[in-house]
Amino acid sequence: MKKTAFYGALTVAGFAASMASAATLDDVKERGTLNCGVTTGLIGFASPDANGVWEGFDVGVCRAVAAAVLGDPTAVEFVPTTGKTRFTALASGEIDVLARNTTWTFSRDVDLKFEFVGINYYDGQGFIAPRDLGVSSAKELDGATVCIQTGTTTELNLADYFRANNISYEPVPIETNAEGQQQYLAGACDVYTTDASGLAATRAAFENPQDHIILPEIISKEPLGPLVRHGDNDWADVVRWTLNALIAAEELGVTSANIEELAAAPTGNPEVNRLLGTEDELGAMLGLEADWAKNAIAAGGNYGELFEKNIGENTPIGLARGLNAQWTEGGLLYTPPFR
Amino acid sequence: MTSVTDPPQGSFRLSMLINDTRYRSYTFQFIALVLLIGFMAYLGINLVSNLAAQGLNISFGFLGNAAGYDINQTLVEYDSQSSHLRAAVVGIINTLIVAFLACVTATIFGVIAGVLRLSNNWVVRKLMAFYVEIFRNIPVLIWIIIIFSIMTVSMPAPRDFRGEDPSASMLFESFAFTNRGVYSPAPVIDGASGWIVIGVFIASIIGIFAYRRYATKKLYDTGQLLPMLWPSVALFFVPVTLVYFILGRPITLDYPSLQGFNFQGGLHLRGSLIALWFALAIYTGAFIAENVRAGILAISKGQTEAAASLGLRPGRIMNLVILPQALRVIIPPLISQYLNITKNSSLAIAVGYMDVTSTLGGITLNQTGRAIECILLLMLFYLTISLLISAVMNVYNNSVKLRER
Repeated sequence: MKKTAFYGALTVAGFAASMASAATLDDVKERGTLNCGVTTGLIGFASPDANGVWEGFDVGVCRAVAAAVLGDPTAVEFVPTTGKTRFTALASGEIDVLARNTTWTFSRDVDLKFEFVGINYYDGQGFIAPRDLGVSSAKELDGATVCIQTGTTTELNLADYFRANNISYEPVPIETNAEGQQQYLAGACDVYTTDASGLAATRAAFENPQDHIILPEIISKEPLGPLVRHGDNDWADVVRWTLNALIAAEELGVTSANIEELAAAPTGNPEVNRLLGTEDELGAMLGLEADWAKNAIAAGGNYGELFEKNIGENTPIGLARGLNAQWTEGGLLYTPPFR
Repeated sequence: MTSVTDPPQGSFRLSMLINDTRYRSYTFQFIALVLLIGFMAYLGINLVSNLAAQGLNISFGFLGNAAGYDINQTLVEYDSQSSHLRAAVVGIINTLIVAFLACVTATIFGVIAGVLRLSNNWVVRKLMAFYVEIFRNIPVLIWIIIIFSIMTVSMPAPRDFRGEDPSASMLFESFAFTNRGVYSPAPVIDGASGWIVIGVFIASIIGIFAYRRYATKKLYDTGQLLPMLWPSVALFFVPVTLVYFILGRPITLDYPSLQGFNFQGGLHLRGSLIALWFALAIYTGAFIAENVRAGILAISKGQTEAAASLGLRPGRIMNLVILPQALRVIIPPLISQYLNITKNSSLAIAVGYMDVTSTLGGITLNQTGRAIECILLLMLFYLTISLLISAVMNVYNNSVKLRER
């Protein structure tokens, strides 16, 4: 009994001790790789391909940060996390940044002491149901069995939505998206609920995607974005402005195709020059090389390119830009200026 | 020639703490204790100061906040507006349910398999050896997932029961085996007369025990053997059936029926509960079988032969001579197995069974981010429940241990 308490205290203390590391930027530079938390596998956002190389929209953020800090987009150690393990992994210092469709909420930002550096996908929670269930609206789901990933905001939204509409449901808690997919396809639950982007990605992996409909109701706001530990502002700035650089690059017309040419010499557009390091010294202010943003953008392209390549309308996921279009195109993407 | 002198009396010197073997062990134990306390204090202070540096603190206030999530299996009243504390209680009850069911089932499996492994029949003996070796050598988590996956994939979904010519049908019109679990009729107790029937039933169970005790006493005192089996069976069925019909059948069955998306009504045993229960039972049952076998082998063969020479039949030898003595050997490791079942039930999250590890240590931890508090509470719970099981079983152990007369 004495031993149990002793090991328990040791674990807890060890966990707390590793939380107290600051200066993540120096750690990453010294280590030579970036530890990036991603999902355990969600096609389009983060999943390993046939060769075991991680790819996807969230993976693009990891690679951009690695390219900005280390000059090498492949210097990333991907750490798969579940909805339950992700925050512990980040808080304990196991990962430097979490890029894993995680919803920016008040309590996570304030109470859990994390720092959301921006939003890389504006999402909302939806439902997917088999077409032959004959359901056309989430309001018809009274008494349905719903598969839900535990420990997520979707779980809370689901409870709230059914309560507000005064209908009942039976939750089937699952751990990962793959498990949810299996349970749903086996008919162990009538509908599966998660972020609409996740539903689209999941459906794309089905054998007969057309047999399943995504119900029209979007029951919540789910701003997804990368996050880091609270208190290390320098590191938060690096990740924040890397994400901003990707978004700004699309707005300014900087693509992976023309970036070498634009970065070779100062152009007529001063903001492009500042972004690409040919004017002023934004990189040095962050503690990075002058070509940090150039590397980040060259890693996988600008925001628009990443979107089109991984989850856009020409991919099996087939997501429209919608809210995730640039502010100039009627969307919500709006980065503060580089100056 | 050596002369033996008495050790000096009453003159304790400080150096004796090191030099005198009578005190040396205490000295070192004391030093070890001080070091241990110091180390623990260091860890504790380290924890608190690190938390303070992160702007965090240890507080259990979150337990009173609304949980916000739903739980599918709740024996006490619970909805998403209930507190985290209540969610933890729901989880605790669910843990206790599955632990109790698995302990009972594992004991039954274990005793049967353990006895049969010593059978004279080659096929039975080898079958039981096969069972024990297969099940105890594969991790229980794998068994849980295997059983759950088989149920999910091979059982029909509720929608298969629908339509004019359904591809699946209910057993006896009352049991539905689906990939969401088993739906069976549930008893509905109709008012006070229903409770009287239940009271009579409980009374007859007590009566059976009392009768068997009386019969045993009579056997020991006078050597007269009263019949055991048929009076027990009669006591079990006759009074309760009589009262049931006299009072006009106050207990009815509520049959499950397919309504909307799901079966409604009746009793719903969720797939996750069945998988966890069954996996824990067969896995731990294999260990208990070995305990039982060891206990029986510990009894000298002469006991069997002596009993046989008195003319006792093999079944009686086992029940009256061997097992009572073997229990002394079986019970202590059995306590460990019960503790293992209770602790292994925390693997519930693998199949989405909402035990206390899933509610308090899973969703609550995740939604509130209070990892240290939640884990401390979980440790406290498992420690308490383990010590309780241990205490109760030790009382039983004392009652069956060898009494020397």
